[in-house]
Amino acid sequence: MIRVELPQHLRRLARVEGEVELVVESPATQRAVLDALEASYPMLRGTIRDQVTLERRPFVRFFACARDLSHALPDAPLPEPVATGREPLLVVGALAGG
Amino acid sequence: MSRVQVLVGTRKGAFVLSSDGTRKQWAVNGPHFGGWEIYHVKGSPADPNRLYASQSSAWFGQVIQRSSDGGKTWETVGNKFAYDGVPGTHQWYDGTQHPWEFKRVWHLEPSLADPDTVYAGVEDAGLFRSTDGGQTWQELPALRAAKGHLWQPGAGGMCLHTIVLDPRAKERISVAISAAGVFQTDDAGKTWRPANCGLKSPFQLPDPTAEVGHCVHRIAMHPSRPKVLFMQKHWDVMRSDDGGASWQEISGNLPTDFGFPIDVHAHEPETIYVVPIKSDSEHYPPDAKLRVYRSRTGGNEWEALTKGLPQRDCYVNVLRDAMAVDSLDPCGVYFGTTGGQVYASSDAGDSWTPIVRDLPAVVSVEVQTLQ
Repeated sequence: MIRVELPQHLRRLARVEGEVELVVESPATQRAVLDALEASYPMLRGTIRDQVTLERRPFVRFFACARDLSHALPDAPLPEPVATGREPLLVVGALAGG
Repeated sequence: MSRVQVLVGTRKGAFVLSSDGTRKQWAVNGPHFGGWEIYHVKGSPADPNRLYASQSSAWFGQVIQRSSDGGKTWETVGNKFAYDGVPGTHQWYDGTQHPWEFKRVWHLEPSLADPDTVYAGVEDAGLFRSTDGGQTWQELPALRAAKGHLWQPGAGGMCLHTIVLDPRAKERISVAISAAGVFQTDDAGKTWRPANCGLKSPFQLPDPTAEVGHCVHRIAMHPSRPKVLFMQKHWDVMRSDDGGASWQEISGNLPTDFGFPIDVHAHEPETIYVVPIKSDSEHYPPDAKLRVYRSRTGGNEWEALTKGLPQRDCYVNVLRDAMAVDSLDPCGVYFGTTGGQVYASSDAGDSWTPIVRDLPAVVSVEVQTLQ
């Protein structure tokens, strides 16, 4: 089970509270987690990554295990604590005004 | 008894303002989608319970919301706006060609007859249509073939912000794009033509009468006379009496002919409203006085409407989609400001009252007259 923590705006859009738990086949990668997230919550399509290019939106970041995984390749395995559900994958709105 | 519902899009959410037909006491409901930019909210003329809202964010992109109960509850629908085929390029600020990139939906125009059909005007400029209540969107790509390679963004982006549907000819659509101009189709979007003959932009274009490139801010039409169109251009207020084939200036005695919105009285097709703004670089009212100008002669002769509006120290703007009219008698006129005020007139503009004063900056105002 993969744990994903969404920013407040996306939790509200997806109508969830707290973390989201997803079943993702091994190896757990960014792409596999986002595929599973969008399959469970279709209203999140396009809000984290572009629907056509599948590239991460510029002001969205992925953090886990005190590391910034935003620039990791989408098919790279996620850190073991995320893959085993001990740590959540954080989806974060980048620091910006507004 | 009739009711009025004012749908307000702001920089930080949507608000629904409602009143009975007297338009004296207002209830303010919101924010819906708090924290998101709401470029536009509009109701279907065919089913007033069906509303569409464009919700966007620099962080999380574009979301489309739909209500089927008049705005009480909302559901997300489709937000995939993929240009048809290889989208090609348009002019960029440095003179090079730049690829078309979807940024946001500026305007949603529900069909006059079918609640499930709705058009979306987007940035970078394009027109999309949904026939399934917003679940899926298809581009009408022939529009970009109307010299799209020559279009270029203005300061506010290259957006398709105005969609006018002809109530008598259902395949006729007029759209306006900043900074490209007016384009029209008579075959539901299969073919398009520029409709900018008579527009002059001497300080914006090297050829002031170019076929495309004019920064049109808004066009308006009275449903009883679809051949007559009114336009607020970057500078100049214009009208066309031949359905957009040619345009004549009607700025007349306006204190400045720069501005953004323009609208038509619900029952008097020759009565029109604009809000003059000082200049293209000073987006606030001239003399710091917020004045709506009304012409009862279809242009050229204008009167200032000031009763109830601030006449000193006022530096707000009124954006292109932030004015609307109801269809009661007397006609109600509404507009919102970048200072967060929404003003209402229940006497066709003779006097004004703020419904609310402290919303986030208002981007759009639409009105539903309900039974």
